[in-house]
Amino acid sequence: MKISRILKIIFMLDFLAGLAIALREIFKSKKTINYPFEKGKISPRFRGEHALRRYPNGEERCIACKLCEAVCPAQAITIESSEREDGSRKTTRYDIDMMKCIYCGLCEESCPVDAIVQGPNFEFSTETREELYYTKEKLLDNGDRWENILDANINADKAHR
Amino acid sequence: MDYLQIIFSETYKILFLLVPVLIAVAMIVWFDRRIWAFVQKRQGPNVVGPFGLLQSLADALKYVFKEVIIPSSSNKVIFILAPIVTMTLALISWAVIPFSATQVLADINVGILYLFAVSSLGVYGIIMGGWASNSKYPFLGAIRSAAQMVSYEVSIGVIIINVLLCVGSLNLNDIVIAQKDLWFVIPLFPMFVIFFISALAETNRPPFDLPEAEAELVAGYQTEYSGMMYAMFWLGEYANILLMCAMGSILFLGGWLSPIDLYLFNLIPGAIWLIFKILFLFILFALVKSIVPRYRYDQLMKLGWKIFLPLSLTWVVLTASYLFYFNLLPTS
Repeated sequence: MKISRILKIIFMLDFLAGLAIALREIFKSKKTINYPFEKGKISPRFRGEHALRRYPNGEERCIACKLCEAVCPAQAITIESSEREDGSRKTTRYDIDMMKCIYCGLCEESCPVDAIVQGPNFEFSTETREELYYTKEKLLDNGDRWENILDANINADKAHR
Repeated sequence: MDYLQIIFSETYKILFLLVPVLIAVAMIVWFDRRIWAFVQKRQGPNVVGPFGLLQSLADALKYVFKEVIIPSSSNKVIFILAPIVTMTLALISWAVIPFSATQVLADINVGILYLFAVSSLGVYGIIMGGWASNSKYPFLGAIRSAAQMVSYEVSIGVIIINVLLCVGSLNLNDIVIAQKDLWFVIPLFPMFVIFFISALAETNRPPFDLPEAEAELVAGYQTEYSGMMYAMFWLGEYANILLMCAMGSILFLGGWLSPIDLYLFNLIPGAIWLIFKILFLFILFALVKSIVPRYRYDQLMKLGWKIFLPLSLTWVVLTASYLFYFNLLPTS
């Protein structure tokens, strides 16, 4: 062994250097956040909880074309439709099994009228499985609840679609 | 009636010492985790109470309500006894720690021997726990820790001889008072470093945490323990760490003496100085934990027997020769 190396071991220079680094790191800003109180930034393209949107006049956007049902790789979406009195085709049933869903975003991409979208909400864990079978009412309710953010996200991402 | 009064006053004194020690242990666990997190740029426990100070209390409460599982193939008496032994031994050694010239529970004239003996007994709790569990990982962990603690106790003993040569008394208060002019950390600095590293090994702290190396031995001798019994092991471990810090500050950092003999500094009670010194050593403990990887077993043994033991023995000869040659040997 070289003498310099022996001296290094005897005086524990590497160890002291590590100690100095550790002391320096203590006073640097933290890389983690206080999760439930602060949250990280979420991209407009984030694929979280689903929502069915409405037009500003309150009419449902969904035209029951069933493209999302067809494209869904996990076959999580179930749609039934019928003709309404005014002759328009609307869904009578729109279920998403959130446990089957793989959050790929294909339903959102396939939708011609921007009806089904995936919002920024990722905190929808439940205590029972039953609560994760989303019905049409639940999805429409989600749409009403998140409409401002959903609209802003779609506009922010429009240029890249 | 007379002896009843003595019992009451002594119990009062013991509680007055032990309750702060237990609270200090809870705080020190939080402090340890917090420093560890800060070095890794994490937040650490910060939710329970201000700055997360009550985290350890919350943990303890959780342990109280957990089920204590006793393996059916274990030796039940020893299995239950092991954590009790660990915690009791970690706590009774505090009896001789002097917090000032008068504030000491038992001012016995062989204080340092008592301290050394009790901390050596500490290994029994671990061996008993590992053996009584009747399971392979705890057993291997117990074997490792027995070998490790015995190896490093030798060098700690020789280091203590170094200090005793300069003091000429086994009383802890005398050891502190002998450092009035010069703390032993300055003339005996290499011994202080070796003592610190041996203390790490003695308390199973990283980089010497082989007995509970989680990658190899799950949790070592604690694997089969749960609930309150696990918490007692945990408490004993951290009480031991605090004790080692206290021992280091008494032997080398001047115990309850103020760093400079100034009137203003002497106004601050000795207990505060001792706590500061213990905390300083503990911060070093925590920092070391956060920066070092674990030793391999043969490296651990090599360090203990081939480096620390010869080095501290040589230093004993050096110290003795120096004191003898310059006629500085303590006379009393």
